[in-house]
Amino acid sequence: MSTNPSIIARDVDVFYGTKQALFGVNIDIMPKTVTAFIGPSGCGKSTFLRAINRMNDLIPGCRFQGSLTLEGQDIYAPNFDAVLLRARVGMVFQKPNPFPKSIYENVAYGPRIHGLAKTKAELDGLVEQALRGAALWDEVKDRLDSAGTGLSGGQQQRLCIARTMAISPEVILMDEPCSALDPIATGKVEDLISELKQRYALIIVTHSMAQARRVASTTAFFHLGKLVETGSTEQIFEAPVHAQTRDYITGRYG
Amino acid sequence: MSNAADITTVIEAGLKRRYRAERRFKAYGIAALGFAGLMLVILLVTIIRPGLSGFVRHELKLEIDTASIAQALADPQATIDYYRLTQAALKATAQDDFTDKATRHQFFALMGTFAAFYVKEQVQQNKAHWGKAITVWVPLADNADQLLKGRMDRDLPEAQRAMNDRQLGWLDGWEKQGRIRSSFNDDFFTRGDSRAPEAAGFLGSIVGSLISLLVCMLVAAPIAIMAAITLEEFAGKSRVAEALEVVINNLAAVPSIIYGLLGLSVYLQWFGMPRSSPLVGGLTLAMLIMPVMIIASRAAIRAVPPSMRLAAAGVGASPLQVVRHHVLPYAMPGILTGTILSISRALGESAPLLMIGMVAFVADVPRGVTDPATTMPVQIYLWASSPELGFIEKTSSAIIVLLVILLILNLGASRLRNKAQQTWS
Repeated sequence: MSTNPSIIARDVDVFYGTKQALFGVNIDIMPKTVTAFIGPSGCGKSTFLRAINRMNDLIPGCRFQGSLTLEGQDIYAPNFDAVLLRARVGMVFQKPNPFPKSIYENVAYGPRIHGLAKTKAELDGLVEQALRGAALWDEVKDRLDSAGTGLSGGQQQRLCIARTMAISPEVILMDEPCSALDPIATGKVEDLISELKQRYALIIVTHSMAQARRVASTTAFFHLGKLVETGSTEQIFEAPVHAQTRDYITGRYG
Repeated sequence: MSNAADITTVIEAGLKRRYRAERRFKAYGIAALGFAGLMLVILLVTIIRPGLSGFVRHELKLEIDTASIAQALADPQATIDYYRLTQAALKATAQDDFTDKATRHQFFALMGTFAAFYVKEQVQQNKAHWGKAITVWVPLADNADQLLKGRMDRDLPEAQRAMNDRQLGWLDGWEKQGRIRSSFNDDFFTRGDSRAPEAAGFLGSIVGSLISLLVCMLVAAPIAIMAAITLEEFAGKSRVAEALEVVINNLAAVPSIIYGLLGLSVYLQWFGMPRSSPLVGGLTLAMLIMPVMIIASRAAIRAVPPSMRLAAAGVGASPLQVVRHHVLPYAMPGILTGTILSISRALGESAPLLMIGMVAFVADVPRGVTDPATTMPVQIYLWASSPELGFIEKTSSAIIVLLVILLILNLGASRLRNKAQQTWS
C-alpha cells in the first residue's frame, strides 16, 4: 500500500451563505482503502464529501476555505479545472440517479464526453469493463439497450457506480449509497465496495454503523461541522477516544 | 367519546356525510364536463352544417362554339373576346327571347362575374376540340348558387327576394335541361380571395398563415428556449433576473392588439418592412408568443430533477454539456407542449395582424415572406363582415379549414412530444 495519501485536507471550512457548515477539517485519505464518514444528520459529512469533487460549487452561496489536495495538487487552485476534477473523483449519490437513457448510454456517457474511446469497439469494451466491475454485467448484458431507469433500485445504484467507474477515476465518493436500497441490494453494493477498494480510494458517507464496520478500514466521525475523531474502524468502534464518538456509536445520539 | 365504540359511531355518522359530499362533487364534475361537451357539439354543428355546403358549388353547362374563332385560337397574337363568346353561349340557353337591356342584365347576372375567365381556361385546356363546340362548366353567380342550395327562400314575395321571378324561371329551365350540376369547389383550395363569393378561395390565407407561422416559430422558438435556459441554468438569483421574470410574466398578459401596435411602429415604421407581409406578421406574432413560450420552457426546465444535473456534473460534464445532453432533452416534452399552445395561439390570432395591414384584400396567393398576404383568422373576419350570402357560407367553410389545420399541426406537435417522451422511461 502506498504511503502517500490521495487526498489531504487541511483546515477546511465550508460556508453556506453566512452559515458555517464545516470547521477546520483535517484528514488524509489513503489510496486503496475505504474510509467511512459517520455522524448525525447535518454534521457536515456530506458537505465535506461534496467539497472533495467541488460539487459544492453548484450550490449558490457556498464558499470554501482551507486547502484540499488530490495527489499533491490543490484542487481549489484557480487554474485547477472542476470538470477535470470530477472526472478524477467520481461520485455516487444517495438516490440512484441513472440518466433516462439506455443502460449502455448511461455508462458510455462519461467516456464519450471525455473522448476516452476512439472507436465504437473501444467504447463497447469500456462499457463492458465498467459493468463487469460494478457486478452488473451478467444481469444486463442482454438488454443494454433498455432503459436504465427500468432496473431495480439496487441495479440502478450499481449502474451509477459503473457509470462512475467507466472514466477510471482515482477516488470514488459515495453519499449514503445504500440508504434507498433493501438489505439484499445493500449487500451486493457492499460486496462491490470491497472489490473496488483494490483499485480506488473510496469514501463512503453512511448512517449505518454496521455498514461502516463491514466495509471501511478507516472511519471518521463528524459532529456539528467538526471532524471529531478519525482512526481505524476497529479503533473507532472498539476504543473511541472522544466521549461524543462513544455516545454516537453506542446509539445515544442520532 | 371515552371509549372505542363511541369514536366508531361518531366516525360512522361523519362518513355518510363525507361520502355524500364526494358523490355531489362527482356529480358537479360530470355536469361541468357534460356542459362543456354540449357546447363543443353546438359549436361544431353550427359551424359544420352551414360550412360544408361551402365546399360545393353549382355550375352551369355551356357549349362554346369555337368554329368561329378557330383561326384566332391558333394564333397566339390574336385577341379573343371571351366575354362576348360566353354571353353568346349563355344566350343560346335561354328558353325565351328578350332584347331589352334590363332583361339582358338580369339574365347575365345569373352567371358569375368571372364566367368569361372560366370559359377561357377550359377552352385553352381543350385544344383537341378546337373548331367544334366545347362543353364548359362555369360557376353560377352567388345568388343563384345560394338559391339552389336552399339558403334563399324562393317563396318570399318577389320584392323581398334578391332574385326576381324571371330569373327563377331561367334557373328552373336550366335545371330541366340538365345544365346545372353541383360539384366540388376546388377554387376554394386553389385560389386567393375574390370580390365574388363563387370565385373566392382560401388558399391565399392558408399560405399566408403558414408562412407567418413559420417565420414566427423560427424567430420565437430559439430565442424563447435560449432565454429560458439562461434564466434557469446560468443567470443565478440576481435582482436583474428577478426583474426580468416579472417583466416576462407581465408581457404574457399584455393584450394582443398592443403587440400589433408595437409591430406597426417597430417593423413598419422603424425598419420599413413591407406592409401586410407574412414577415412582419410572423415577427409580430413571435413577440406575442415569446413570453408564454419562455414561461412554459422555464417550467419544463425547472421540472428536470436536480439529481440529473448532479449525475451529469458528477461524471465531469461541463455546465454546457449538462444542459445540452441532459436538461434540454429531458425538458423537451414540456417545451414542446408550450410550443403547441403557442402555435395554436399564433395561428388563431387576428387583432395584432389588423394593425400591421394584413387585413387588406389580397387576391394573389403569397409566394414569399414579403408578398402581401392575409391569414386565416383575418380572412374569416373579412368574409364574416361581407354582406353577400355566399361569403357568410364561406366564413363557416373557412373556420372548418382553420380548425382542421390547427388539429393537424397540434397532432404533429403532439407526436413529436410523445417521441421525445419515449426516450425518458
